Amino acid sequence: MAAEDALPAPRRPDPAGASDGPVGSGPPARTRVVLAEVSRRPHWPAGTHTELTQQTRVGEALVRGLVRAQLALALQLSAVVMVGLGGLPWLFAIAPSVGRMTVLGVNLPWLLLGVLSFPFLVAVGWTYVRLAERNEQDFTDLVQRPER
Amino acid sequence: MGNDFVVPAIVAVTLVTVAIGFYGLRLARTTSDFLVASRVVSPTWNAAAIGGEYLSAASFLGVAGLILKYGVDVLWYPVGFAAGYLALLLFVAAPLRRSGAFTLPDFCELRLGSRRLRTLATIFVIFIGWLYLVPQLQGAGLTLATLAGSPYPVGALVVAAVVTANVALGGMRAVTFVQAFQYWLKLTALAVPAIFLALQWQADGRSAVTPPDGSTFRTATTVVVEQRAVLTLADGQTVEVRPGDELSFAEGEPVPEVSGVANGATDWLLPSAAGSDDRGLFGTYSLILATFLGTMGLPHVLVRFYTNPDGASARRTTLVVLALVGVFYLLPTIYGVLGRIYTPQLLVTGQTDAVVVLLPEAALGAGTTGRLLAALVAAGAFAAFLSTSSGLLTSVAGVISTDVLGRGSVRGFRLATVIAGVVPTVLALNVSGMDVSQVVGLAFAVAASSFCPLLVLGIWWRGLTDAGAAAGILVGGGAAVTSVLITVLGPGLTGWPATLIAQPAAWTVPLAFTVMIAVSLATRRRAPADIGRTMLRLHAPDALRS
Repeated sequence: MAAEDALPAPRRPDPAGASDGPVGSGPPARTRVVLAEVSRRPHWPAGTHTELTQQTRVGEALVRGLVRAQLALALQLSAVVMVGLGGLPWLFAIAPSVGRMTVLGVNLPWLLLGVLSFPFLVAVGWTYVRLAERNEQDFTDLVQRPER
Repeated sequence: MGNDFVVPAIVAVTLVTVAIGFYGLRLARTTSDFLVASRVVSPTWNAAAIGGEYLSAASFLGVAGLILKYGVDVLWYPVGFAAGYLALLLFVAAPLRRSGAFTLPDFCELRLGSRRLRTLATIFVIFIGWLYLVPQLQGAGLTLATLAGSPYPVGALVVAAVVTANVALGGMRAVTFVQAFQYWLKLTALAVPAIFLALQWQADGRSAVTPPDGSTFRTATTVVVEQRAVLTLADGQTVEVRPGDELSFAEGEPVPEVSGVANGATDWLLPSAAGSDDRGLFGTYSLILATFLGTMGLPHVLVRFYTNPDGASARRTTLVVLALVGVFYLLPTIYGVLGRIYTPQLLVTGQTDAVVVLLPEAALGAGTTGRLLAALVAAGAFAAFLSTSSGLLTSVAGVISTDVLGRGSVRGFRLATVIAGVVPTVLALNVSGMDVSQVVGLAFAVAASSFCPLLVLGIWWRGLTDAGAAAGILVGGGAAVTSVLITVLGPGLTGWPATLIAQPAAWTVPLAFTVMIAVSLATRRRAPADIGRTMLRLHAPDALRS
């Protein structure tokens, strides 16, 4: 439980302050209320996620890891789209014979762009949602594990 | 052209829109209801509403018109319009929802804490919103003029008035219901006639779309030219035509070749080839970049994300939207292709945007079926103008009321709505002659060169500073805005300059990213001190919030 000693959590002035926001002490920063909930800070259950909210090194590293994982996933899937769709104009340009091929009486470019591109995009999107949720689940499990 | 079903159909759509608006008004009691629907909108409704809001005149009329005119190369418009939602899903959806930002200016202030950047973003939101509203009103004028024979300003004024009143009185809550309804209306209005058209084409012996010796007129046709062009007749003679000229063609006479249009089978049917058409290839890639990355920067798209309860549902909603939009975009291609057979005269007149509304009667004849289907299409087209204009107006009015008028009240919002509605109406009455989809494409290019880098770098890169963001928006977005103004107002250019200005995204988007990153690195000290907390807020799973 050595890590616990480093946490400033017990120094919070009162329980009300803890539920108000991650920064429990000091005068609250002046915030401008706009249409959105810009001024609202997320509410964290006290104690369990203190490392994240108190910006300890461990918490910071955890968040960096999650952001990196999500960004890598998004970049990988956009690379799939860049090759799968973005490569088509180039392919048709350097190999005009591909553009002249017909499938069921329809020229291949029409079929690929007009019909097949849409299910392809949905499939990539579906994959992303699944994998991104898995990344988040891993992160949640990591954070909520009682002992590290 | 007298189709007596058209006006009742349009009136019905407008009345239903207004009726749902007033139903919503009864439910909207608080300011929060009014502006953001209190976030009680269910994901399915929300996805349909986003789709309904997104499928504009450009999608409903413009895409088919462009396909009729230019062929396979412009299939990238519908693909890009749909793929924009994938980019939004991958890079923006969940973190943006978690940020709690309602508008792009909100996001600027939240992420970078700069009031000046907020003001800059406000200016761009208003510019993009108006640039996108003009073609909607233009499309309304064109549709009514084509089908009911009214003067061009009538349609534009009707849509502007209905939408302004509806948004000012009903607010966002009403808009959500209206738009969900309008997605399904638009889908039906294109899908049902498409089935009839396909059957008719079968019955006509599946006429070749690109016959080897050129298209011919199926019936005797008289054409009134609307745009200057050079025609090449079948005997090789060239004729210069001006707006107002009347040309008559006999049944079976070949369609003349029109300058500025993909005429021959190879031109229309096959993609740009390297060497012979490098500029076409550049234009294609520029278009891909603009549409893929522009969607996330459109003001009316972003506002919708606030109506999701949390980040994960924002992601799921976006996926559903992608599917709904994808299904819709299968249809305009059918109209563009069959237009080649049944309405070749539009190539001569230049009014290719009218293909969707004219095709049912042209293919099925002026009997009851043809006229009913034409009325259905007209109703769908009006749903497109009404829904997209409502969404755009809501978001432009939202930023005007909070950032320009400086009030968050319902009264302020109503005043802002009127201001936001009048300007594009005046513009729409004074411009014409541009393809609806092309104007919308320019709006995408501006969004992709200004807000896309801001959102992507703001969400994923800790190093972004307010100075970097402002410089990137000013240089990249400014270059795109300049290109738009040159295209719309300026002198006609030829060759490479024309291509670079007409499809600017391929150079303005990289420019915006480069400037934003370089200036941020140079002003590293200005990076917000609480960036760790902001990143946590944007990316931490919803389950960890209470």
